Amino acid sequence: MRYIEPHGHMVSRTTDDYLAMVTAGCKAVCEPAFWAGFDRRSAEGFYDYFCQLTEHEPKRAAKFGLPHFSWLCLNPKESEDLALAADVLALIPDFLDRPNVLGIGEIGLNKNTANELKVLEQHIDLAVSRDQLILVHTPHLEDKLKGTKLIIDALLNHSGTRPERVIIDHVEEHTAPLVLDKGFWAGITLYPESKCTPPRAVDMLETLGADRIWLNCACDWGVSDPLAVPKTALEMKRRGHSGDFVDQVLYRNPHRFLSQSPNFRLQEET
Amino acid sequence: MTASQSPRQRVVDLAFLDARSKLIDLAAFLDRVDRHPGSEDYRVAALKSALVELSGNEPDRARRVLEALSDPTEEPAPRAETQGATGAWRPPETCSPS
Repeated sequence: MRYIEPHGHMVSRTTDDYLAMVTAGCKAVCEPAFWAGFDRRSAEGFYDYFCQLTEHEPKRAAKFGLPHFSWLCLNPKESEDLALAADVLALIPDFLDRPNVLGIGEIGLNKNTANELKVLEQHIDLAVSRDQLILVHTPHLEDKLKGTKLIIDALLNHSGTRPERVIIDHVEEHTAPLVLDKGFWAGITLYPESKCTPPRAVDMLETLGADRIWLNCACDWGVSDPLAVPKTALEMKRRGHSGDFVDQVLYRNPHRFLSQSPNFRLQEET
Repeated sequence: MTASQSPRQRVVDLAFLDARSKLIDLAAFLDRVDRHPGSEDYRVAALKSALVELSGNEPDRARRVLEALSDPTEEPAPRAETQGATGAWRPPETCSPS
């Protein structure tokens, strides 16, 4: 079995996790910029983080033969401070030409505030102006439904948005149809307690189809499982799905979306 | 699992014990809360309200449970009071003054 992990916060993981992922069949890992678990106090902190995502972490992954790609942004949890957001947004363009950068992400909303929405719109504008892919984080738990609707509106309000170049992540049963109906890609995050379990993920694939959906583990510094994606393949097989279906969802789908970035090239294709 | 099983039977065979276990966990959680005095927490109240979605035969129960636990408002919030989420929407009239 082969798979792509399209959303993993590897700076928070151990080398044992890299080894386990490669052993399970992982062919590439993609790392969106994320909240550190605490608020960074200056734009310089973000500069260092962007260097980590584009310089250091690819080298760490390479020791396990795993291609590493990244997405850059200010996380919505840190978007309340508009002055800091402006300083961080000004840093991003200089990183976009780095060879492992796929686009702008994971942008979005957290508590659905007016300031978060302003910063989201600025990120969308930056992505469109630089012809970058967009990876969107949708809010947690009770905030997800409202936030997903606000995010879709913000994306569609920008005349340059191309839905086929945007993936809206962390969808669940109440938000996935909203995302797919507007032509966006949808990401299902396999995350204990707060997002989706493997059985529910396969339910959504069975009811919504697998055309524009990818699975990811979003493993980070919290309780999370870097092998959640291959474990979901087991759930698919237990239900009688074919190996080709598993390959479509776990490898070909993320490959198809990510290949819209010229930087996403895997070794066997070059 | 055998080739003669219907798909419906296969689904039940695969997941019944897991679903049973989660249902009993939920019942035990409500018992645990009730063993202690105090007023009803808004999250527990929301959980109990969402439970009615399980008792009928209409489809999309997961979607309806998620919607029952969601913030139903539409306008952006003026500011973030916290960075986290609790799992159930707290109606403004039940918020304690800050």
